[in-house]
Amino acid sequence: MLDLKGRKGKWNISVLILLGILYLVIHCMAASRILLPYHIQVLGLVCINIILVVSLNLINGFLGQLAIGHAGFLAIGAYLSAALTVFYGFPFLLAILISGIAAGLVGILIGVPALRLTGDYLAIATLGFGEIIRVIILNIPAVGGPRGFSGIPRLTNFGLTYLLAIITVFVVKNFIDSAHGRAVVSIREDEIAADSLGVNTTYYKVAAFAIGAFFAGTAGALFSHYMQYISPAPSQIGFLRSIEILIMVVLGGLGSLTGSVITAFALTLLPELLRGFAEYRMVIYPILLILMMLFRPSGLMAGNELSFEFLEKLFKRKPKSNAKGVSPGGAN
Amino acid sequence: MVWYTILIQQIINGLALGSVYALIALGYTMVYGIIKLINFAHGEIYMLGAYFGFFALTIFNLPLIPAMLISMLLAAIIGMGIERIAYRPLRNAPRIAALITAIGASLLIQSVAQLTFGASFRPFPQVIPFQRIQVGPIFLTNRQLIMFGVAILLMVLLHLIVHYTKIGKAMRAVSMDKEAALLMGIDVDKVISFTFAVGSALAAAGGILVGMYYNRIDPYMGIMPGLKAFVAAVLGGIGVIPGAVLGGFLMGTAENLVVAFGSSTYRDAVAFAVLILVLLLRPSGLLGKRQNEKV
Amino acid sequence: MAPTKGLEVNGLSVQFGGLKAVSNLSLAVQHGELIGLIGPNGAGKTTVFNALTGFCRPNSGTIIFDGHDITHKPPHFVAQFGVARTFQNIRLFKDLSVLDNLKIAYHQNFGYSILGGILRIPLYHQEEAKVIEESVRILDLVNLTEHRQVKAGNLAYGNQRKLEIARALVMKPKLLLLDEPAAGMNPFETRELVKLIREIQESFDLTVFLIEHDMSLVMNLCKRIYVLDYGLLIASGGVDEVRNDPRVIEAYLGEDAPWQS
Ligand SMILES: Nc1ncnc2c1ncn2[C@@H]1O[C@H](COP(=O)(O)OP(=O)(O)OP(=O)(O)O)[C@@H](O)[C@H]1O
Ligand SMILES: [Mg+2]
Repeated sequence: MLDLKGRKGKWNISVLILLGILYLVIHCMAASRILLPYHIQVLGLVCINIILVVSLNLINGFLGQLAIGHAGFLAIGAYLSAALTVFYGFPFLLAILISGIAAGLVGILIGVPALRLTGDYLAIATLGFGEIIRVIILNIPAVGGPRGFSGIPRLTNFGLTYLLAIITVFVVKNFIDSAHGRAVVSIREDEIAADSLGVNTTYYKVAAFAIGAFFAGTAGALFSHYMQYISPAPSQIGFLRSIEILIMVVLGGLGSLTGSVITAFALTLLPELLRGFAEYRMVIYPILLILMMLFRPSGLMAGNELSFEFLEKLFKRKPKSNAKGVSPGGAN
Repeated sequence: MVWYTILIQQIINGLALGSVYALIALGYTMVYGIIKLINFAHGEIYMLGAYFGFFALTIFNLPLIPAMLISMLLAAIIGMGIERIAYRPLRNAPRIAALITAIGASLLIQSVAQLTFGASFRPFPQVIPFQRIQVGPIFLTNRQLIMFGVAILLMVLLHLIVHYTKIGKAMRAVSMDKEAALLMGIDVDKVISFTFAVGSALAAAGGILVGMYYNRIDPYMGIMPGLKAFVAAVLGGIGVIPGAVLGGFLMGTAENLVVAFGSSTYRDAVAFAVLILVLLLRPSGLLGKRQNEKV
Repeated sequence: MAPTKGLEVNGLSVQFGGLKAVSNLSLAVQHGELIGLIGPNGAGKTTVFNALTGFCRPNSGTIIFDGHDITHKPPHFVAQFGVARTFQNIRLFKDLSVLDNLKIAYHQNFGYSILGGILRIPLYHQEEAKVIEESVRILDLVNLTEHRQVKAGNLAYGNQRKLEIARALVMKPKLLLLDEPAAGMNPFETRELVKLIREIQESFDLTVFLIEHDMSLVMNLCKRIYVLDYGLLIASGGVDEVRNDPRVIEAYLGEDAPWQS
């Protein structure tokens, strides 16, 4: 009857077809040397970052909890998968899956105590957990300790990163559009009200946290088998990396998946393209971060998704047909 | 050396380092007590304090005490500026926005410092010649004594301000109940500014003390001590001033003991392990009171 | 004794530090009743609701609902037993649409799992369609259907109060706790609200327990009233009985006794 979602279902499929075509185009451009292997390499990193940013946005943007230890889950995935393929000869896909599950389990382990805390404590606690994971890795000689883990086979290719990025976006999107995802969003909006409506807030906090951690783990597995080396430096698997992912989430918009994809793309490419930018980016990003919070806290996309409906709204500027009689200010 | 001399030695080293953690933790705890925000940029103020001290000592050839005072003053101004520009407009915004701004402020100061002061470390001038003092089997350095002494002096000063001045009483009033304080005619904005100023000045003093202690400063020196001091504040009970002092000393000692009896690679993990234990066992901290949210 | 239907509170006390917000309160609400809870500001009324719904821990006492002990149960658990509530300072999901506010309240009735939702199994589509249908039915009841796509925070104040009630109704509760539902409403809106409460109480077979300062509303709706003052139950009974109770008059002394204005 009223606002049923038939249209959205079709939308999913048409987007998938577009994404398939995009892949073919990239493939052809690579084959005809318009895109050099270096470009493809960077695009693969873009996809890995999309996984990281979208999965963190689930926690930061939709759940509304400021967790800033995402690189810890990346680290678990990167090292565990490398150990599995290098030492035990696991097939790569299985290693990715196990990495995701392991990161998810650690997410639950961390989430249960940490999510009892309010925002501020959670931020520090997750940052702390991330660092503890890093310090533990530093102290395992078998995976290279401070020297890093080298000699990892190159099992990740662009296609795989592309596929996993798409899976991540779709899983998170479908999750958010389900009763369970709405429960997660309700916690962000008003935890007490959510509680009063029968939402088990602890369960959903941990669930969102675990899903986010799962995908960060798979991104880690892709990453170490892409670079063939993983270093325990803060900029790789420590808080600097976590902050970088956080910056992408915030600039793309808390709670906007398309925003996350756009910033993951832009902020991965920019430093590669503009040499000067790389030097100043850690001045520019924080300024953007602060300005964004001061003037446009909902981010680039303001909680909107780049969709046909959104574009329609943007261009036609027509008030929603069924919202008649109500001005945005709620006058009367 | 027998184990208990090591123990005593490390406790002494820990108390010296802990006194600086306590100085930084005070800033966290006071700000949190008043506006319920983790001022992530606090560690960076500490770093800036060390640099200001460095320049005052080297370029302007000032003696230690005026250098320290100038550095504290500059840090206070910057702390107030950050609050005014970045935090005040977000006081009623969702918490996550204020936290992200705080992280942004911290990153910004770090990168600007790196660009202007250079990324590599600088040797801190040896204003006070190094001396070793032996008490039985235990060794002290004069720097440790100075660090400890100055820190304690500043804490006493803070105590006097908070308890016996008008603005100090206003601070306590605001941290207890902002609305009520407002009704009583207290200028809450001014009190918050003042809190940032005092916290930043203490952190700057801590930066100089640590610069002298380790003989070196760099733009990243604020990150870890900042986090550890925050943990110290949580350990003591955030918002509780004596708690920050207690937490600082405990953190410094715990860290030195782990390094002495365990491995130095775990040095930085200690803080976070402590944090997690506190949050699990006693989230309100050692000296804090339990609070529940009004529905 | 067979488990009684309805709410039974025995010796409930809630303390905040040194402050006894509720002391040794006992009350019983039968299934299908419409009961009022009144008292001066700060008497502890909201605290009673908070204790009933698991938002604050009672220091002593028991709360039995429909034969289940819900004394120390967390809020979501209490909600699952069929206790719904509204809040004195409206707690809507302000940035979500009216419809989404209701969908969230439908939460416990969804049958598909997290994985089912991600994979969009047929049940997902069925239930998503059903929840919209049911939500719209309830929105019709409170005349908010045409606003269903509006952000809840953009609704007029009176409509926000009604939406909060509608949202509680989606949960298909057995007991509905309303904390000052008429606060901030004009007389016309209040009259409509009275009608609405009557209507839903009958058609949903509800027990309604409400806190209200607007005495005309209370006298109009409630058959029985409990009066709290400084956390103590000082009177209870029928409207007239309570109205003439000297202790109630004294409690309201200094304030205008609400039913004289
Ligand atoms: N979470 C809390 N922590 C501390 N004190 C509280 C808390 N909640 C309520 N109180 C105190 O308990 C007392 C009773 O408050 P309550 O909100 O239950 O009153 P009320 O009867 O609902 O008043 P009103 O008519 O103003 O809504 C008040 O003194 C209040 O300040
Ligand atoms: Mg009340």
